[in-house]
Amino acid sequence: MRWTLAAATGVALVPLVLILWYLIKKGIGAWNADFFTTDPNGNFLGDPGGVKSAILGTLEMVGLATLIAVPVGIGVALYLTEYGRAGWFGSAVRYFVDVMTGVPSIVFGLFIYITLVVSGIGGSGFAGWKGAVALSLLMLPVVTRSAEVVLLLVPDSLREAALALGAPRWRVVLRVVLPTALPGLVTGSLLAIARGAGETAPLLFTAAIVQGTSFNLGERMNSLPAQIFADVGQAQDRLVGRAWGAALTLVLMILLLTIFARLVARRSRLA
Amino acid sequence: MLRWGLTGLAAAILALIAYFFIKLTSESSMAFERFGLFGFTFTNDWDVSRDLYGALPLLVGTLITSAVALLIGVPIAVATALYITELCPRRLRGPLTIMVELLAAVPSVVYGLWGVFVLVPKLRPAEQWFSDTFSFLPFVGGNVPGPNYFIAGLILAIMILPIVSAITREVMATVPQDHKEAALALGATRWEMIRTAILPYSRAGITGAAMLGLGRAIGETIAVTLLIGNAPTIGKQIFDQGYSLAAVIANEFGEAANDPIHKSALIAAGLVLFVLTLLVNLAARWFVNRGRRGKRAAAEPTAVAV
Repeated sequence: MRWTLAAATGVALVPLVLILWYLIKKGIGAWNADFFTTDPNGNFLGDPGGVKSAILGTLEMVGLATLIAVPVGIGVALYLTEYGRAGWFGSAVRYFVDVMTGVPSIVFGLFIYITLVVSGIGGSGFAGWKGAVALSLLMLPVVTRSAEVVLLLVPDSLREAALALGAPRWRVVLRVVLPTALPGLVTGSLLAIARGAGETAPLLFTAAIVQGTSFNLGERMNSLPAQIFADVGQAQDRLVGRAWGAALTLVLMILLLTIFARLVARRSRLA
Repeated sequence: MLRWGLTGLAAAILALIAYFFIKLTSESSMAFERFGLFGFTFTNDWDVSRDLYGALPLLVGTLITSAVALLIGVPIAVATALYITELCPRRLRGPLTIMVELLAAVPSVVYGLWGVFVLVPKLRPAEQWFSDTFSFLPFVGGNVPGPNYFIAGLILAIMILPIVSAITREVMATVPQDHKEAALALGATRWEMIRTAILPYSRAGITGAAMLGLGRAIGETIAVTLLIGNAPTIGKQIFDQGYSLAAVIANEFGEAANDPIHKSALIAAGLVLFVLTLLVNLAARWFVNRGRRGKRAAAEPTAVAV
């Protein structure tokens, strides 16, 4: 029986090994100076260009999404731990944040499309910042859930001691609770960023797929997952090769974020 | 002051979700008016060129691939969880846990890429052999195209494995030590102890974990789009091509931008998808909470637990 279960575990890990193997084998071949410094140029024959705009687009949109999702997410978690531990309102918020974690990413993209793209807010239809908002909706419940767990681990005695010394509530939160929970909060946020960086579906009809590099978040913007998705459907070898290289880049980014998150978690003074 | 600020923020989130639902419903109302609620969801006819939108092939495709994913993924995930918590050498526990969680870190588009260029060509001969040898079975037989229901389901199984495994591990960790020791003291072998003390206790939790995996499988878009073949019909056998709710939205949204009824139909499909995942997740949470039997908050924030 032990060996059957061990074999099942081995079977479960075979895809991981195979994916990493092929990513490295086929992806490294596509990596060269041009890959990182030129934009995709839509040529079907000849040189298809690199993925510079995709990498920059991902960095820009995920960056903006983080700036939205992390403060809001931690804020909601703070509400849940400081004021919402009992009572119907806190339970309702907690419940619906949990519900949000199960929503498929494409539904978030659909929602942003209906509300922001169709009505043409901010000028154009598709825009980088709208894609970022879709990503932040995706990341928000992840940040909130993990932040709530960490904030609950801060001993109440710490909070009470600060209050007993006469500190106002906001001071207790700012100077006692948040600094104690900081490594855990950072870990949760990094994991949410890793999740957001890999999502394609929400970006398909909010930021769309473009080729040129743009630093203007008010225009359409490329992104690594979207670029990979576009290249996979092509029949041309060099485009497929570029897709593998882009996939390796994306997985490496996510892996680095995840490893960094775990290292930060180890420095936590809490459980 | 802080209190009102934070309360306002939390209330804003609730309002956002409500707005979400209302907007989706209103935008899809055009399609539901034309075809009726049941007409849209259960008619087998998704024909864009004739402006006919019955979502049954999409629903069936979604359910078939998710069923395949559960059938393959859940047993392996439970076996993995059992092995890691009970049977493997202590020093392997950490590395194995990390490796299973790494499966969750791979983005779905990379799964799709790998599936299309590695899994499909490598498995096609085996699928063809299976289809030929077992064609007496219902739903088996015929020619095997590259992307099909089965291979989409297989990739989904790999993708839900980390979630199901992580939650199962959590649930199994709540089994009281006394139960396990009592079984062993009565002379049970390791496997008998698992079978009589751990598995019955964890049954509700494992069901919940499986349903969370189901919710993930239903909503997965990109990997399925690349691997299901995108044929808006109901396939006759397990290796046929099909379509899914999420895939149709991803594929057809570009061309639907200027066609109001098509767009409304796609949004309606999105609403059906949303409601489906909502129901599955609600049921899942109920099961998992029953399996945890008491307050036991998740001990660590993980990317997997979403």
